[in-house]
Formats: sequence, C-alpha cells, structure tokens
Amino acid sequence: MAEKFINRKDFINNLPRIYGTYTGGFLIFIILMAIAEQAGMTAKTIGICFVAFTVAIYALIGWISRTVQVDAYYVAGRQVPTVFNGMATAADWMSGASFVAMAGGIYFGGYTYMAFLVGWTGGYVLVSSLMAPYLRKFGCYTVPDFIGTRYGGNLARFMAVVVLTLASFTYVTAQINATGTIASRALGIPFELGVWVGLVSILLCSMLGGMRAVTWTQVAQYIVLIIAYLIPVFWISNKNGFGFFPHFMLADEVARLNDLEATFGLVKNAAADIKAAGVPGGLKSISVPHSDVPAGGMAAWKFISLAICMMVGTASLPHILMRYFTTPSVKAARKSVAWSLFFIALLYTSAPMLATLSKISLLDPNLPTGLIGKPIAEIMQIEWVNAWVNVKQAFIADFNQDGILQLNEWFMRGDVVVLATPEVAGLPYVISGLVAAGGMAAAMSTADGLILAIANALSHDIYYKIVDPKADVRKRLLVARALLIVIGAAGAYIASMRITSILGAVAWAFDFAMSGLFFPLVLGIWWKRATRAGAVAGMIAGLGSGTAYLIYVGPKFMAQTPWLGIDHLRFGIIGASVCLVVMVVVSLMTEEPDSATQKMVDEVRVPSGKTILGKAH
Amino acid sequence: MSNKERHWEKTKGLMMLTLAIWFIFSIVIFMFGESLNNGSFLGYPLAYYMCAQGSIVIFVVLIFWFANRQEKIDEEFGFAERGEDE
Repeated sequence: MAEKFINRKDFINNLPRIYGTYTGGFLIFIILMAIAEQAGMTAKTIGICFVAFTVAIYALIGWISRTVQVDAYYVAGRQVPTVFNGMATAADWMSGASFVAMAGGIYFGGYTYMAFLVGWTGGYVLVSSLMAPYLRKFGCYTVPDFIGTRYGGNLARFMAVVVLTLASFTYVTAQINATGTIASRALGIPFELGVWVGLVSILLCSMLGGMRAVTWTQVAQYIVLIIAYLIPVFWISNKNGFGFFPHFMLADEVARLNDLEATFGLVKNAAADIKAAGVPGGLKSISVPHSDVPAGGMAAWKFISLAICMMVGTASLPHILMRYFTTPSVKAARKSVAWSLFFIALLYTSAPMLATLSKISLLDPNLPTGLIGKPIAEIMQIEWVNAWVNVKQAFIADFNQDGILQLNEWFMRGDVVVLATPEVAGLPYVISGLVAAGGMAAAMSTADGLILAIANALSHDIYYKIVDPKADVRKRLLVARALLIVIGAAGAYIASMRITSILGAVAWAFDFAMSGLFFPLVLGIWWKRATRAGAVAGMIAGLGSGTAYLIYVGPKFMAQTPWLGIDHLRFGIIGASVCLVVMVVVSLMTEEPDSATQKMVDEVRVPSGKTILGKAH
Repeated sequence: MSNKERHWEKTKGLMMLTLAIWFIFSIVIFMFGESLNNGSFLGYPLAYYMCAQGSIVIFVVLIFWFANRQEKIDEEFGFAERGEDE
C-alpha cells in the first residue's frame, strides 16, 4: 500500500502539501508542549517527548519509503524535485557540528573561526560549476562508480572507495557522537548507551529504503532543524530588545562586545594554571576578539587556507555529491545546488548572530543575564550554571582568588552555546527541548547520508562490480543493508570510546576527501587527457602524502611544527597539491585514453541525451 | 568548430567567470581582512560582515545566476533536456 503510494506520480506533485501538513503538525506539537509545560510537565519529560516524537516520525517515513528496487535504493528513483533535494542536501550537509558546535566555535574563535562559514558555503560554487551536473549526466550510483567507469579498471574504483570510506568514516563517528550526546541528555541515559540509541534511530531511517528513505527523512529533518535554530535566535533578540530581525540589527551588540573585550581584557590562560585549577578537558574561556581581524599575513593565510580546505573538501565529499544523482535532470541538479546553499545559508548566517546574542547575554554586566564581574558565590546559585557545572560542561576557576568572576575565569564547552542559550536567556524549557530535537535531526541526517555513502560504495562498487557481478537484485540489496548495519555499528563503537572532539575530526574528513578525490573527479570531466594510471597514482600519492603529513603535524601524533602554518586541520592542502602534480605528470607520461573514453567525456559535457550508465547497472 | 565544441567553449567561459567571482569573495577579500574591517556595512565591521553573511549571500546568488546562464547556453546550442522538467 505504502509502496504503491510513494511510487505514484501524484506523490511527487503532492510533496508541498505533504510537507506543509508535516510542518504545521510540528508547530502544533511545539504549542502543545508549551501548554503542557505551563500545566506543570517537567523539563525532562518535555525533552523526552521532543526527541521521541521526532525520531518516531522519521522512522515512520523510513518505513513508508522501503523499497526492493535498485534505482530507488541507490538514487531515490531519480525523481526528487530541485527544491526538496535542496532541503535534503542541506540536512545531509549540516551536521551535529554545524548545528551544535558552530555557534560555539564563533563564540570562542570570533572572526578567525568564521573561515569555516566561508569554507562550508563557498564549496557549493565548486560543486555546481565543476561537478554536480556532469556527475548527474554520467548516471552513476556512487562517486567511485564515476571514477571506475571514467578511468576504467578495478584499481581506480577500489582507490576511490578507499578515499570515500576514510573521509566519510572520520566524519560519521563525530555524528554518532553528537546523536549520543543529545540522546543521553534528552533521555537522561549514559552517553555510551545514548550512542547506540542514536545509531538505532539512524538505521531506522535508512535501512529499508536506502537513498529514497534517507531523502524523505532528510527533508523532514531539515524542517525540524531550521525551526529549532531560528526560533531561539529571533526570540532572544526580540526578548532582550536587540532588534526585531537580528541578522541586520546586531551591529550595536557587535560593537559593544568590542568595548567589553577592551574593558575586561582578553587573557589567554597559561596551560599550567588551567591544569592546576582542574578545568575539565574540552572547556575553554574567551581569549580572542569577536569581530577584530587578527593582524599579520600569517593570520590572513591561516584564514584563507582553512577556507580553501573546507571549500575543496566540500566539493569532494561523496555523501554530498551523491545527493545530486537523485534529481530528474542535469538542469535540475544545477538548480538544486543553488537551493541547497540557500537552505544552508538560512542557518549559517544565523550562527554568528546566535554567537553574538549568547556572548552579549553572558558578558554584558548591564543585562540581568550577565555573569562577568559578579560574585562567584552568587553565580553558582543560578540554576542553569549549576546544572551545566555539575555535568562538567561549564567551570569556574577563580584564578586571582577575589571571589569575582573575570572573563578568563569562565570556562564552557562550545556546544553549550547552542544547547544552553535558551536557558541562559530565560526562554521556556520547551525551546530547549526543541533545540535538542533540532540537534538530533542535524546529526542523524548527516550520519544517515554518510553511512549510506559508505555502504553503497562497498555494496555497489566492491561487492557487485568487483566481487560478484552476477549477483541478483535481492542479493545486492541484502548485502547493502547488512553493510549499513556493520558500518553504523563500527562507527557507534568508536564514538562510544570518545576518541576525539567533534570538530577536529570533521575538518579531517574534508582534508581526506580533497587529498584523494578532488582532482580525479574534476580532471575526469574537464581534462580528456587524464588517464587511468594518472588517476590511480594521484589518488595514492595524494591520500598517502596527506595522511603522512597529518601524522607528522597532528598534535595527537608526532606533533611536529607545521610547515607554513599548514596544521592538522589543513593537511588537505598538501595532499591535494601532491595529487594534482602526480596525476598530471603520470597522465602525460602514459598513453592518452582510448577514443571510447574520450567520446564518453564528450557525452558527459552535454546535458541532453541518455546517461552514460544505464538506468539499472 | 563543431556545435559541441562551441558549446563547450562557452561552458568553459562561464565556469571560469563563475570561479573568478567565487575566488574574489572567498579568498581575495580575506587577504585584506584587516583593512577591510575599517569599513562597515549595516553598522557591522566589513570583514566580519562579509564572512558572517556577505560572501554567503553572494555565493547563493552566484549559483542561481550560473545555473540560469548555463541553461541559456544549453538551449542556444540545442543541448537542453526535453520532457524531463521538474
């Protein structure tokens, strides 16, 4: 019944109505929760309701979208309309890190950190002009499918799978980590258990319907996460009289922060002091300016190099590229990139505003919420401070023993900015519950996209194309689903061991992807002379040199002094450069690709006509 | 030059123009962040504004513009897709 429903043409035509109803339903749910809060429902119950209700909806969508067809499983039947694919991509893209950690990053890092904002949006220009429309015309199921067919041979395909797996897996552990953190907080269970609850929720969305199920749940998740992000931003801004439309009206607050920084003084605490005071790991105090640009060429280079890594990495991440395989046409793929960035921009342009609002609320002594300059004994009486200090997410270290809180004595985890701002600003708890649901949606949608990207590459490119090309549809989809569980479980297991902080790992994923995949993809379309040997050598050399450099400079590995400021967040600059040089040199040294391949490249370059790979392959 | 080649020349031209604009607003302006911040927009310091909103908005507009231009180029040379409209 459901299968029939979702296959019908009018399902696509009815999408605006379906998701409109869904959005209305979600808003009504928020209002009901607000009423329940007034009636005396506890904060904990509200949190559980929000997370449980939204996850149940996603699971329902996942079940309705189940399929037994290969092209529905891998590319959602190539019928996802542009705007909806834009929403799905935005959810796929905006991870737990974007939702939970980005505003916190800006809160602590100011202008310097905002290189991430530029990088994570500018990359879409590369996706639309260099990649997406051509990959759509190719008609591949996965990114390695393109590499394998364009360059030919199992080795090229295999190397692409290696890069994809490494990049996506680095990324996915951070996402499962985020779902675990949120689930454990909202449901009041230990983190290690939260991780597995998160994983089950993720698999419920993707297992039965593959890409089709992930697409329709991601649209639903986007709606939840954008509502959850924007409501607090607008509410806080209006409640405290900072401006009706914060994006255009926070200039005074930004200037005020500049003054406050001068008054309080930006002090960087010595590592020994932090250790002596017993500040829990991962907590930071504000030590860099909010809007001032740090002086010097090196600072500018660090900003630019980080932006470059994130942009080029964006254009190489398979879980993003594969979203554009699902549109009905090449033209739609291009437009869909534009819509993706539009939906992403709604959140990304709000993050600096949230950081500003949160910072001014805590810093400004003239506001009732301001903490700095108040007696510490008094601050410890504040309910939210107490709660966050108890779970080691916030900390007060009275370095100068004067009993008064200084700017450098207030420590907090970056994630707290998003998760606690509603409480800090005195909004009702229903908003905190909403934010938890939004964070869960963001982390789940990205995790789903990533796990699916890895499982699809392994099942389609390794199992079907290399190991057992005679496998029937039933067997292929069975393998795909089994891999989904195995990869998810592996990610959850690693996340439950708490190895790295959310953002370090996320940046690495971009660097891995750009080191191994960017030039083989771009040159495969834009340079006919690129050969199989060149691509294979480029992928091996790029990934190898990038990884070697990461081990050389990584603070957790050899911790050597970075070369030209290229630290462990930027190792992709080394990897991608090596990849380009090796790929070009080796390609020119080997015989040019045969005429069939050249003709194939010509075909990819025009939108009309049949896709290179058939509807089912 | 064949029709296909001329189509590809124009496509390449559009790609380079798009990437040139992208390069200016993602990289070049931030080389001069320090002096840029002396200017202001909507009251915000300019470099701060550009990375918080300005460049992002420009990227969105740029991609919509690019998609429309490329559609025109495809139509001009008869390579537009038919019957598969969204």
